Amino acid sequence: MPILEGEGVTKYFGGLAAVLNVDFAVEQGEVYGLIGPNGAGKTTLFNLISAALVPKPGIIKFKGVNITGKKPYQICRMGIARTFQTVKVFGNLPVFENARLGALFGTSTGMSATDAAKEAADLLDFVGLSAMSATPAKDLTLANQKRLEVARALATKPEILMLDEMMAGLNATEIAQGTELVNSIRDKGITVFMIEHVMKAIMSVCDRIMVLHHGEKIAEGTPQEIASSKKVVEVYLGEQDDAGS
Amino acid sequence: MPESIVTILDVAIGGLLLGGIYALIAMGMSLQYGVARVLNFSHGEFIMLAAFGTFTLHTVVGINPLLCLVIIGPVIFLIGVLLHRTLFHELSVRAPNVDAYAASSILASFGLLFIIQNLALMGWGADYRAYSYLNFGVNIGGAVFSANKLVILGFSVAIGVGFYMFLARTRIGKGIRAAAQDPQTASLMGVNINRVLALCFGFGAAMAGLAGVLYSMRIPLNPSMGMQYTFIAVIVIVLGGLGSIPGSFIGGFILGIIGEIVSYFDPSLSLAAYYLIFMILLLVRPKGIFGK
Amino acid sequence: MDTARFTSKGFLIPGIIGLVILAGLATLPLYGSLYNVVLVTTILMYAILTVSWVMFSGSSGYLSLATATFFGIGIYISTLLLPNTGALLPLLVVVLIGGLGSSIIALGVGALTLRLRGIYFAVFTFGLVILVLELFNWWEHSVSHIRGRFVMLVDNDIIYFIMLGIFVATVLTYYFLQRSKFGLALRSIGENEEAAAHIGVNVTMVKVITFGISAFFMGAAGAIWATKLTYIDPYVAYSVNYSFLPVLMAIFGGMGQIYGPVIGAVIFAYLQEKFQTEFPYYYMLSFGIILIVAILYLPNGLVGLIQKIAQRLRKGGTGEEYADT
Repeated sequence: MPILEGEGVTKYFGGLAAVLNVDFAVEQGEVYGLIGPNGAGKTTLFNLISAALVPKPGIIKFKGVNITGKKPYQICRMGIARTFQTVKVFGNLPVFENARLGALFGTSTGMSATDAAKEAADLLDFVGLSAMSATPAKDLTLANQKRLEVARALATKPEILMLDEMMAGLNATEIAQGTELVNSIRDKGITVFMIEHVMKAIMSVCDRIMVLHHGEKIAEGTPQEIASSKKVVEVYLGEQDDAGS
Repeated sequence: MPESIVTILDVAIGGLLLGGIYALIAMGMSLQYGVARVLNFSHGEFIMLAAFGTFTLHTVVGINPLLCLVIIGPVIFLIGVLLHRTLFHELSVRAPNVDAYAASSILASFGLLFIIQNLALMGWGADYRAYSYLNFGVNIGGAVFSANKLVILGFSVAIGVGFYMFLARTRIGKGIRAAAQDPQTASLMGVNINRVLALCFGFGAAMAGLAGVLYSMRIPLNPSMGMQYTFIAVIVIVLGGLGSIPGSFIGGFILGIIGEIVSYFDPSLSLAAYYLIFMILLLVRPKGIFGK
Repeated sequence: MDTARFTSKGFLIPGIIGLVILAGLATLPLYGSLYNVVLVTTILMYAILTVSWVMFSGSSGYLSLATATFFGIGIYISTLLLPNTGALLPLLVVVLIGGLGSSIIALGVGALTLRLRGIYFAVFTFGLVILVLELFNWWEHSVSHIRGRFVMLVDNDIIYFIMLGIFVATVLTYYFLQRSKFGLALRSIGENEEAAAHIGVNVTMVKVITFGISAFFMGAAGAIWATKLTYIDPYVAYSVNYSFLPVLMAIFGGMGQIYGPVIGAVIFAYLQEKFQTEFPYYYMLSFGIILIVAILYLPNGLVGLIQKIAQRLRKGGTGEEYADT
């Protein structure tokens, strides 16, 4: 059974369809990519899954259970975590607290303060931020803030992690580190659903990729299938040159 | 003319009059909030100040209240521009982000409210004041309406439409609309954003001032009268759609008519009615009528 | 909870100072003049309003201008239960009901308006005072036909002790709330609400409950304050000043530490008492100016300013203390 599914997911803003009739199914344990030109509706789709927005119409299912209409905190506790395109760390709180709060509030069974602290320490180690535990999050570089968001999301013990353009604004070394991180997350048994613009990264790490254009799904398949799809190349020509791929 | 028709006409004209005042106030606040991004809690205080200014100019110096429009209007405009240039611009420079600016500007306007209100208390005292002007009846088709009602209605519509033309046709107006849509691009296209923001704030205050001059002909004045108008202005701009000046204009009339109808049954419940409308609006359709 | 915290140096010294001050306050009626007892009662009242305001608005970032409303509801509950014809219930019970009544209204208002953006919430709460004033005026004018109510007389010392008790309860609640998991959730909402929601915080519930708790103390303070005022009409009970002054006191005093709002309250409540009779409008005018100056030049309030100076004087202060609030 797919871990995350969408049926006919649609969202209109005024008269404009940001997402239109999208069906998708993410299999457990895979790294599933979501690409598309700017304004294709990728982040909106994430927002619909994480319940920041409500699809109208459309249904979203997690492990077979209909989760449409639930609140964000419920989605999180059920096992879906995400990061944000514009980083949303708790700026005035130290790095350690950021991670700890994820463990404290976001798990399905709840955690004691001590366990949460241990979990936070382990995860900061995992993403490589242990040295900065006491630094206020707002003083971190963008790349590190993104890692912190990942640590915080992982602290909620998700079964699927949604990454929204984690590699945006990173240099080549940081991108390589990011790719490695995604692989490590997959090795932990967590499904990864990632939006990316950086083609090299997404092609190398994903098992399957879905392509959105003007809110509609225009292609889906393995990285090779997507790379050789004439439709996708057409849509993307010109977009591929920026985004530092 | 039968009694009931006269009553309906009376309520209708009263509603349009109230609506005209609300429209001006709301257009003013829409400029300040939509363009200069300041939710000005002291907006109503400019209405009060202008009203009291008219009162003094009329009762002490004998100046025609309608003439006060061109005296007090520009004065309030200048005060508004000055306030933005000194206070709000300074706040925007110091704020680390947009939300911090929103918070500090709201709080600062709250402080302004107390400053202006207490200045008025010092100048005119806490008692109610009123004057009468054009209080005679005008006979239209057998029904009698108060002359000042018709004059106020006429002037507020004229000012509202006139200002809309100003925004649509003149260069400054276009600069304002550009700044409202996209400040960064506008500034790249040569629009002096700081000047536009200050002007908007000034125009916004001036609209409130003009409304105050007009309305002072009909209502008793008191230094604490301003706050309810601030609140009403926000309701109207939400009703009309945030960022839409024509929306504020029309929304003002809608709310004014509703208010007059409720007042007909019980004058002290109109504010409660507005509050209810506000709540329903925000819960059901926060975008308003013309909102983007 | 972390008991090591209670014995650390950072806690011991302020804790001892606090206890000494508390002891002094608790015995004030024994050595203080009537004037001083009433003055301190007033200062305590404003301190309660300010700390309760910070309890919610300080952490969540939602500007509430409803303080006057909840305070006034407490006052009116007193007029109902403690009329000058004689108390219908024991004094402390009335104070409790005053708090609960305000709390319930706050929970209702909060449930409706806290799902909206912060700016609408601010406008709503601003309008709430005006609305409630109008409604009570309408009631007295059109329904009950009785203008104003009288509350029974209560001994000044008793009023003082009850106010002191409410103050201590407010400060203790604030202290433990800040350090609790709940307080942490509120803080995360203030830092970034959307992120907080997505890491499992039920943001609406946390906001509404905190709002309700803060209103409890405002209502309780109002209930006992009514016995000091004795004559109550809507203009006396519902005054925008009670929404404005706590904001000024909190901003000027600084919200980083607990004693910031208290210091702010002490300063301005004292100034108000001194100047209210001689220069009624001048002092309010100057308060408005001070608020604007504080917003511009004292971003962390007086306490924040003092802390910054202290930090600069401390040798090699790299700010290793992690935001301990």
